[in-house]
Amino acid sequence: MMDIQVMKVGVVSCSGEEIPEGTLCRLACRKVLDERPEETVTICLPLFIAGGEEERTFASNYPTITVDGCDKMCAAKATEMLSGKPSKRLSIPEILKKHGLKPPTKLRHFGPEEEPAVKAVAEEIARAVDEVLEEE
Amino acid sequence: MGKKHKKVVVLPCSGIGKVFGALARETMYELLEKTRPGTVATTCLPLLVIKDPEAVALVTENPVITIDGCPKDCAKKSVEALGKAVDKAFEAIKFYKEHKDLKPEGIAEVNETGCKLAVVAAEEVAKEVDKLAAGEVA
Repeated sequence: MMDIQVMKVGVVSCSGEEIPEGTLCRLACRKVLDERPEETVTICLPLFIAGGEEERTFASNYPTITVDGCDKMCAAKATEMLSGKPSKRLSIPEILKKHGLKPPTKLRHFGPEEEPAVKAVAEEIARAVDEVLEEE
Repeated sequence: MGKKHKKVVVLPCSGIGKVFGALARETMYELLEKTRPGTVATTCLPLLVIKDPEAVALVTENPVITIDGCPKDCAKKSVEALGKAVDKAFEAIKFYKEHKDLKPEGIAEVNETGCKLAVVAAEEVAKEVDKLAAGEVA
């Protein structure tokens, strides 16, 4: 019988509670996780500190994509520092610039005005997932 | 009576996998924007994970309330990892247990009923905010 291994890609979102880009990041990551449940998995970033061994080995167990809302790159830095080197590091400001989109201004209750940004970021994450799956 | 504080930091769970994480976040936003604007401050939890100096200073120099979304208590533990005890720790599920008529739904963001529950929750958390801002022990 053929052994079929199903590979999952870890998606680690900046939670960015203090900035609108953080909300954008969470919504876009969630969209990808919901649309591609068989290929993606996530972890709450603070679990690298608050969790146990299983959480700390996340980036060793899964090729991981980090998605950050600002240039402090918390998700990328924390993942590398506490779990393992991410396969890809995405940045919301860079994605918005690439797509010619303005940064969101609200912290919560995103609506139609923010939808193009959520969609663009989710598409970039999905593309990164495809690339990682092809590389593995 | 202890030292009065201009700011009280409220830190919610940062999860994107459970409804009570989203409720914790919505409760914090309600406090920040409507219930206690000007008094409540917040920072991104991951900034504490990477020990960003400004975020660490905000948390270590002011009273802190955490609202966690699950028993793993990431928000509380992230503060404790800096050597600081939180002044008050809430678990978001408590607000639902006390208001079963307001069942929140949603994961990244809560639905309309969840938003109503967050308003109620924010009023409760605000009582602790007021005590801490006044220098009273929570």
